[in-house]
Amino acid sequence: MTVLLDVRDLARAYPVSTAGGVRRTLHAVDGVSFSLERGRTLGIVGESGCGKSTTAKLTLGLLPATRGQITFEGSPVTAERDRHWRALRRRMQIVHQDPLAALDRRLPVGQQVMEPLVIHGLEANAGAQRQKALALFDAVGLRPDLFERFPHELSGGQRQRVVLARALVLDPALLVCDEPISALDVSVAAQVINLMQDLQMRFGTAYLFISHDLKVVRQVADEVAVMYLGRIVEQGPPDALFHAPAHPYTEALVSAVPTPLRGTQGRIILKGDPPNPVDRPSGCAFHPRCPRAVARCRDEAPALKRVADGRLGACHLVADAPAAAVA
Amino acid sequence: MSRLSGQTPGWPQDPASDHPAAKSDPALLRLHDFTVSLPGPVPIVRGLELSVGRGEALGIVGESGCGKSVTWLAALRLLGRNVTTGGEVLLEGRDIGRLSERDLARVRGGRIALIFQDPSSALNPVQRIGTQLTDVLCQHRGLGGEAARREALRLLDRVGIADGPRRLRQYPHEFSGGMNQRVMIALALAGEPDVLVADEPTTALDATIQAQVLDLIRDIRRETGMALILISHDIGVVGDLCDRIAVMYAGRIVETAATRDLLTRPRHPYTQGLLAALPTLDGPRRRLTPIPGTVPAPAAIPPGCAFAPRCPIAISRCERELPELTLAAQDQRAACLRLGEPVAFPGAPVPAALASEPAGVPA
Ligand SMILES: Nc1ncnc2c1ncn2[C@@H]1O[C@H](COP(=O)(O)OP(=O)(O)OP(=O)(O)O)[C@@H](O)[C@H]1O
Ligand SMILES: Nc1ncnc2c1ncn2[C@@H]1O[C@H](COP(=O)(O)OP(=O)(O)OP(=O)(O)O)[C@@H](O)[C@H]1O
Ligand code: SF4
Ligand code: SF4
Ligand SMILES: [Mg+2]
Ligand SMILES: [Mg+2]
Repeated sequence: MTVLLDVRDLARAYPVSTAGGVRRTLHAVDGVSFSLERGRTLGIVGESGCGKSTTAKLTLGLLPATRGQITFEGSPVTAERDRHWRALRRRMQIVHQDPLAALDRRLPVGQQVMEPLVIHGLEANAGAQRQKALALFDAVGLRPDLFERFPHELSGGQRQRVVLARALVLDPALLVCDEPISALDVSVAAQVINLMQDLQMRFGTAYLFISHDLKVVRQVADEVAVMYLGRIVEQGPPDALFHAPAHPYTEALVSAVPTPLRGTQGRIILKGDPPNPVDRPSGCAFHPRCPRAVARCRDEAPALKRVADGRLGACHLVADAPAAAVA
Repeated sequence: MSRLSGQTPGWPQDPASDHPAAKSDPALLRLHDFTVSLPGPVPIVRGLELSVGRGEALGIVGESGCGKSVTWLAALRLLGRNVTTGGEVLLEGRDIGRLSERDLARVRGGRIALIFQDPSSALNPVQRIGTQLTDVLCQHRGLGGEAARREALRLLDRVGIADGPRRLRQYPHEFSGGMNQRVMIALALAGEPDVLVADEPTTALDATIQAQVLDLIRDIRRETGMALILISHDIGVVGDLCDRIAVMYAGRIVETAATRDLLTRPRHPYTQGLLAALPTLDGPRRRLTPIPGTVPAPAAIPPGCAFAPRCPIAISRCERELPELTLAAQDQRAACLRLGEPVAFPGAPVPAALASEPAGVPA
């Protein structure tokens, strides 16, 4: 398998001023590394503000990083809007949560799917561009008669299909999906999930799939990264993480998934709110809420390392992989 | 928290209180043949039948726009003047639809408490948390001064907000989303309600905070015996907390049953479709089965069974005849003309969703 995207020690900080007017630094993303192969899906989960969207934007070079390297198809991604970046951008696209906000209200949706072809001067002429856009309409299951409709004349699921068609019209190798189905109803969400899986099979697109819904992520992802306060705390195959979480935060997150008829048994209720990223707790950032914290957790930050079954975990209580397995 | 029915100050003096129905109706709150119309050709809620018993937790699920919120807002007359309602809203057999505005205001927040879908609209941003709490305590429990303050502190403590004296002086923007939702619950509890109507109370919250709030509601119900009507698009949330579930589609209840029965052997094709479309955390990963098509707009609700255009087992009769809720099994009612036909969606029902055990503890 070839690595399509490689992200090393990515970080992004924002200068902020607190209520008292004090200048502080907010570490939105603080040393994230992962890689993604062609045709595969990496899910990123975690609670609001943990840095999922920031990671997505950094990965695409939509936002300059404070630190770290991104390599896509062998070349570095930077946030410089030069020719190199534009060429890369053709190969990596993003889909956002709210399809209505992503579309231009005044333009028929068919034209919006053609637009990237026009911008990049692809295909021989307008006729060929239209053909290509219609082919994408077909691929995402939109009827050709919807080509001339305006966004507000479509249903939520149809709009998200238009957004997908527009993202895929340039044949990207990577699609970053930031909460692509959170705004959709269950049955429409199921349509879009199936569609994304079909398109991946057909075109070999890799997905970076961001969601706070563990059930949806399990459905689509080959691998999942759990983020807490700007860092990955656990990473591995979805069934391993969700059925036998190694990190106490993953464990709490999984147990918080509302499950019919479970009642309160086995649920881990975390105390307090997620901390403010401006005041990152010392040691393990999760220690003020962690039900398993020990004295050491207050001062010493656990590193993300490979643990027994090959997954990655950042917790003092998780046993290391045997030395031989680390390589 | 003690509550003696009949002595609750929230109940207005009602000359009809010895009405026979008041004693014979076992339901605490019942909507009968309830209809909501906006100016326009078709009503958005039509002939709705629903009841919740004393101390019962009833969940209401359905896709966006099916009328979950509008039903309860209209039943408590919280929608504008251009909304008309039909049918009856019976609180212990008495129609609160006939109460004067003033009397109804005392029922609302008194015997029936509400938590709205949009928390920012329900808390007053320019009023201190303490003032908002003591106002409700004054209006519904007649408490004032030190007594109101003490009770406000007790309520904040009850919903898990520490440092009460300081918190009472703060404004909603100084609280996190989860804390504001707790304040909403404290406000709802202030009137010692018999029933809490909670519209998507945790939808805007993070997973771990959602679990905190759901747990809080569960604890309070255990302590006070308060009934609950929980509106959510998330079957997981509703199944987690409720004894019984009602499924809404296009302004009507299409199925109602005990939670376990509804989730393990749904009878209505729409319920089956909803369950088949859901991804799960456990069991084998299977391809999802979406329901074809989308929810109709209120103006475009088809005659006959509103689900007919999307229903895999529809027959021509479904396009003409409006199915009524009928008994499908013990304590299970569904509105379908073809009850008993084979399961309509390949993925449904989903026993896997029920078999899920709490996640394993790492070795
Ligand atoms: N332009 C900015 N200036 C200052 N802080 C920012 C900025 N953008 C993001 N942040 C902060 O960075 C942190 C991470 O934000 P991000 O949007 O990546 O989170 P997220 O995981 O996508 O959350 P959500 O699930 O709510 O979308 C948050 O604390 C956020 O407030
Ligand atoms: N004030 C209003 N005026 C006109 N139409 C309205 C009004 N409020 C709601 N509607 C319409 O009534 C229908 C039912 O709306 P309702 O808010 O009850 O849906 P819901 O089931 O609560 O959906 P959601 O899950 O999105 O909250 C929708 O089609 C909506 O557009
Ligand atoms: S390192 Fe300590 S505080 Fe952090 S997750 Fe592990 S046990 Fe909890
Ligand atoms: S009444 Fe007919 S269309 Fe409606 S759910 Fe039953 S079978 Fe389907
Ligand atoms: Mg985000
Ligand atoms: Mg609603």
